[in-house]
Amino acid sequence: MFRAPPARFVVNGAEFDYAGDPRRTLLDFLRYDLALCGTKKGCDHGQCGACTVIVDGKRVNSCLTLAVMQDGCEITTIEGIGTPHHLSALQRAFIKHDGFQCGYCTPGQICSATALLQELRNGWPSIGEPDDDLRERMSGNLCRCGAYSNIIMAIREVIEEPAA
Amino acid sequence: MKGFDYARASDLSDAIGSTARLIAGGTNLLDLMKLEVETPEVLLDINRIGLDQIATHGEGLRIGALVTNADCAADLRIRQGYPLLSRAILAGASPQLRNRATTGGNLCQRTRCGYFTDLASRCNKRQPGSGCDAIGGVTRNHAILGASVNCIATYPGDMAVALAALDGVVQIAGPDGMRNVPVRQFHRLPEDDPSRDNVLAAGEVITSVTLPAPGRGRQIYRKVRDRASYAFALVSVAAIIDMVDGRIARADLAFGGVAHKPWHDPLVGQVLLGERPSPALFRHAAELLLEGAQGHGGNDFKIPLLHRTLGAVLTEATGGSDVFQL
Repeated sequence: MFRAPPARFVVNGAEFDYAGDPRRTLLDFLRYDLALCGTKKGCDHGQCGACTVIVDGKRVNSCLTLAVMQDGCEITTIEGIGTPHHLSALQRAFIKHDGFQCGYCTPGQICSATALLQELRNGWPSIGEPDDDLRERMSGNLCRCGAYSNIIMAIREVIEEPAA
Repeated sequence: MKGFDYARASDLSDAIGSTARLIAGGTNLLDLMKLEVETPEVLLDINRIGLDQIATHGEGLRIGALVTNADCAADLRIRQGYPLLSRAILAGASPQLRNRATTGGNLCQRTRCGYFTDLASRCNKRQPGSGCDAIGGVTRNHAILGASVNCIATYPGDMAVALAALDGVVQIAGPDGMRNVPVRQFHRLPEDDPSRDNVLAAGEVITSVTLPAPGRGRQIYRKVRDRASYAFALVSVAAIIDMVDGRIARADLAFGGVAHKPWHDPLVGQVLLGERPSPALFRHAAELLLEGAQGHGGNDFKIPLLHRTLGAVLTEATGGSDVFQL
């Protein structure tokens, strides 16, 4: 057995310990150990964004970081963003604009866009064209159904709606 | 993934002289570990040792090795004084990866190609002496400058290309103390040992990268790639060009996607200095840059592409509006 110190971290407000095989990615920990299966495994190599979660306020690929590396971190998955009866503004907008077909990439899209809203509030720059910038900012999330234009419409609506 | 032991460093001294493989963002290392291209026996997590600040350094800046790419690109001092660096970082990877990738880790990402990551292929970088299946294979992304008979892979990063143009310096801590290595000399050409991408020795740790005073001039990073976003450069040009009285007074250039390392050729900048911008001058600079360039079939297009991209960047940087003619 390979050695590693335990890690203690928070997922969607609840504290968890991990003391297993250091090879466990955060993605596999969420899905297999916590049964939080909203987070999806697409490519498992950081190319598709389906596994996107929010760690300490930043969107990251949960497939490219280890569970043991999360010691002291605060993680939010799609299960921590909204519930069927209490959807987030982005979730409502995705439904309104048909921002998905099969839905497999959707949890990653929503987590990514949720963090993107904060990046915009923080004034983070982007090299996208000014009128087309959301496409650049969402380029880490692929959608094989090709719902991109509706995804962008949904995110744009949330950005443009006045703060509640 | 092969098994490994994992430990957390609590300060820099834990990492200096360590025989473990250091992990920071892990975006490149874990990807390669999953493919079993990288098979470290021990990982040392250095995310909790500090080195995550950007600070004033003389008239320039010192970027800690563990500053993330996202934080570096968003930093107002970087955006104002070194927009080239911010834009190069933002031209690379995805927002999710930039939130994890670090300044030091990004410098250390592997120079690589599809044959390096395919265990069924021969690769001198992955397995020294085994041969190179890229030569004679599919070469769209491969090197046109500085390659050897042993390796034609390209360094895929954007940040380091900007740092090379800006003449940044890498601070390295080792068992025998600190040393400084200019970014332009940090990465290696493949020569007869493609397994080594850079000059870091065993037990050494990057602690920061310093940037000189911003200086004058227009800063441009132009990246040409197969997709509009989230793709490696086919070619890229990083340029800082200053004009005084209609003549070129500063010309610092570096190139990505074309060699085993960020490519910097001082002669290309020198030939521009003191001259008035003209298509003939830019053509001369491009010819000098591409003297000795060699395609491998699938990447032959990179030679005229780099020629034209340099011409376009120089035209834009010197205020020209005419379309650059090859």
